[in-house]
Amino acid sequence: MEKVPNHGSPPRWVDRLLTIIIAPHFLEDILGDLHEVYAQQARQGSARMARLRYLLAAVRYIRPYFIKRKPRTYSPTYIFSPAMLRNYLKISLRTLAKNKAYSFINITGLAMGMAVAMLIGLWIYDELSFDRYFENHNRIAQVWQHQTFNGQVGTQTSLPFPIGDEIRRNYGADFKYVVMASWNNWHILANGDKKFNKSGAYIEADAPEMFSLRMLRGTRSGLKDPYSIMLSESIAKAFFGDADPIDKTMKIDNNLNVKVTGVYEDFPNNTSFREMLFMMPWQLMVISNPWLKTMEDPWRPNAYQTFVQLIDHADIDLATARIKDIKKRNINKEQLKYKPDVFLNPMSEWHLYSEFKEGHRVGGRIEFVWLFGTIGVFVLLLACINFMNLSTARSEKRAREVGIRKAVGSVRNQLITQFFSESFLVVGFAFVLAILLVLLCLPVFNEVADKKIVMPWDRPEFWLAGAGFSVITAVIAGSYPALYLSSFQPVKVLKGTFRAGRFAAIPRKVLVVVQFSVSIVLIIGTAVVFRQIQFAKNRPVGYSRDGLISIFANTGDIHKHFEAVRLDLKSNGAIVEMAESGSPTTETWSSTSGFEWKGKDPEQSVDFSFDEVSYDYGKTVGWQFVQGRDFSRDFATDSVALIVNETAVKFMGLQAPIDAPLTWFKKPYKIVGVIRDIVVNSPYAPARPQFFCISAGQGNVINIRLNPAAGSSASIEKIKTVFEKYNPGSPFEYEFIDERYARKFFDEVRIGKLTTFFSLLAVLISCLGLFGVASFIAEQRTKEIGVRKVLGATVMNVWSLLSRDFVMLVCIAFLIATPGAYYFLNAWLQKYDYHTTISWWIFALTGLGTLLITVLTVSFHAIKAATMNPIRSLRSE
Amino acid sequence: MKRTFLGEFEEIVLLVVAGCTEEAYGVTIWERVQENTGRTISLSAVHATLYRLEEKGFLNSEMGGATAERGGRRKRFFSITNYGNRALQEINEIRQQLWQAIPAEKLQPKLSFS
Repeated sequence: MEKVPNHGSPPRWVDRLLTIIIAPHFLEDILGDLHEVYAQQARQGSARMARLRYLLAAVRYIRPYFIKRKPRTYSPTYIFSPAMLRNYLKISLRTLAKNKAYSFINITGLAMGMAVAMLIGLWIYDELSFDRYFENHNRIAQVWQHQTFNGQVGTQTSLPFPIGDEIRRNYGADFKYVVMASWNNWHILANGDKKFNKSGAYIEADAPEMFSLRMLRGTRSGLKDPYSIMLSESIAKAFFGDADPIDKTMKIDNNLNVKVTGVYEDFPNNTSFREMLFMMPWQLMVISNPWLKTMEDPWRPNAYQTFVQLIDHADIDLATARIKDIKKRNINKEQLKYKPDVFLNPMSEWHLYSEFKEGHRVGGRIEFVWLFGTIGVFVLLLACINFMNLSTARSEKRAREVGIRKAVGSVRNQLITQFFSESFLVVGFAFVLAILLVLLCLPVFNEVADKKIVMPWDRPEFWLAGAGFSVITAVIAGSYPALYLSSFQPVKVLKGTFRAGRFAAIPRKVLVVVQFSVSIVLIIGTAVVFRQIQFAKNRPVGYSRDGLISIFANTGDIHKHFEAVRLDLKSNGAIVEMAESGSPTTETWSSTSGFEWKGKDPEQSVDFSFDEVSYDYGKTVGWQFVQGRDFSRDFATDSVALIVNETAVKFMGLQAPIDAPLTWFKKPYKIVGVIRDIVVNSPYAPARPQFFCISAGQGNVINIRLNPAAGSSASIEKIKTVFEKYNPGSPFEYEFIDERYARKFFDEVRIGKLTTFFSLLAVLISCLGLFGVASFIAEQRTKEIGVRKVLGATVMNVWSLLSRDFVMLVCIAFLIATPGAYYFLNAWLQKYDYHTTISWWIFALTGLGTLLITVLTVSFHAIKAATMNPIRSLRSE
Repeated sequence: MKRTFLGEFEEIVLLVVAGCTEEAYGVTIWERVQENTGRTISLSAVHATLYRLEEKGFLNSEMGGATAERGGRRKRFFSITNYGNRALQEINEIRQQLWQAIPAEKLQPKLSFS
């Protein structure tokens, strides 16, 4: 070949295009000639012209004559003809039916994995679509505030009473609606003889419009008249059945008469207002509580919620910047030390991202979405790994089938299609089974997860996701056997010289290790979650929960006859003691500032939990005194006495707390007793300073200590009779404090239950896979075991021979899983102030447990193989 | 007449291949056709005709040497078959007979001044 001067080369892409278009038998000389002409023209003229000409010349080859391929010499193989498709299906079904155990393991394992993934998918969808029910969900926000107390920034939703009017008056340009609301509280609703205690709120008249209520009766303007009420569908049904409730009169808390002006569709379970079962006008609250208008310092107490809807195209960050200092401009100078920063929390962040630490958003429930999402992916992965492992383990058995198929003329693509159709069939069955499993589990799952998820049969997204998910699973799970098995050389496998090499089992082993690593992490995680819950449950609560009940006082009737009720119940032996308090013993609903004591830095901003109680409260709940005494009627000065907890003493740095003088909003008080810390709020959080004082007014809660000598149901029956005598206006409803306390663990117990469920499934799936693989290995080594037995091996020898490999794999998995589990769980525990430690024995126990399960799983086949009569295994050839 | 008809362009290409002294392949044939006819012809037309003539049995081809200019691709050399030769001769004979039949005066250009 002569060396030619370089004139550049013709455009490559044109060549590539022609290579695709032109039939192969023309290609070489056509392209050659074209290049030659190009070279000639490039020599004579400009390279650009030559390129252009080249392109023009090339385009002319795009015509049927050059495109048409030369007919093949042999008749083509039909891979996708209907007859072949039927054949693939038939053979697949036969293969599945022939290996029943294998098919069962594969299909159930995969179905379980898919069912878990589906449940988790539904759960995640439900979480992510939280509050999407409201048409204006992307414009609604709630007003929150950060305040600095005891040296820490706390974030809360409670705001002062006048803030709504202030926003409307001075910052109204950004907002379409500003709505003040009370907390969702329990109220007694009555109509005729029907009385129910239900939760609802006082809310301003724009709320129905803002929350785009779907009205079933009446209009969205139903809260304009102060003496009105709007009911949710379920409440309306409970009271009026199918009759029209509009304009019917109802009585609230045996006190206020209102008229029903509207019925709205119940808020779905996945909205923040699901417990707002009825709405009463804000004005009604203002009218029935005249002190609201005459408050000395209305900007001091934070007790109400504020919701806003931004005008279209308003920027939430700008609006936040504008209202940030709204409180600072209105509160008293001395409260400026709390540094209240007001901000808007958009509705899209309420549910998943509303956890704040030191004034910064740190996440929230979204962590659970990630956690369960990850678990779902892993469980599905485990199921896929089973499928792949079983297929490769069977490869040596099916190698002969591949050899014969190839020998009688099957091409590789047919084999690939065959194996894929098998995996698609298995996945198809598994998908149907998974849907059945999900249908079966959904009620239980809903209960555990506190959801109302229904199967989205009518959603195309669901089917699309399901189908996509099945196809991906089938392709992933089926690709290894399809591509690997079909590549076997028929000569080798039929001559019997085929042996999967030493390294053929490596991918399988890696997959088993992955499977068991994931399972071990899940088991350890579950154990630690439960340890943490147990740890918090064992925390001393500072009072006695047994036989303590609380009753919410909605009307003043019991308070008016308190002594009479108390004496009645004490004399008939139902109770030991009863007393009133501002909040239930398990919680604290109020906090206060304004305390001054000797040695306090005047600039320090403090916030103490406090509660007003009646005499005998300490006796009723069982306070444990460290120093001093309980409140007593014998001391007239006890109206200005305080009982504080140990943390308060420590916080104030008092050496001799008893009789230490302090002032509360400039009024002198005196500490008479110190009690052990009581767990209020979160059982994982450190105790906060807490104060108790005596109040003669009506408390929200009536606390009753049942007589331990009498049976609790009999006592409650007696209490009910007495209560109904003195308080005929409200239904008798009570709650045991230990149940109320147990609800503090609701979230953690829920996570615990869900992870238990998932890790059990993960272990089960892994074991199913192991069981399958072990059975194939045992079958493969039948002859070897026969020979060994003839030569004198004991059952023990054979058993350990077969189990050793698997035990090794599980040990490796354990070594991989432990550091990861430790790292993640430690990070999780650090979120709780009051947390358990991860002790070594959890790991040891998990490791031993997994090992035991592995050995048991493998042993079934190992012992079967070991006890088999060697004559039978050796005679077969 | 049993053999396939030859189109006008096919005939020209066949004549050019027959008239080549050295080995004939796509580019040389294309250049000669253009020279001899004075028409602009696309390379693809020449290629299509060559392959069609080969399919019909008038031409034979074999792959030859490669050059750097062609990107290392081989040339396809065309040569005329006996069948092609005979076809050309037959065409020539028919043409000759037809020429002979034309009266001499008709071939003279006529002058007209009307």
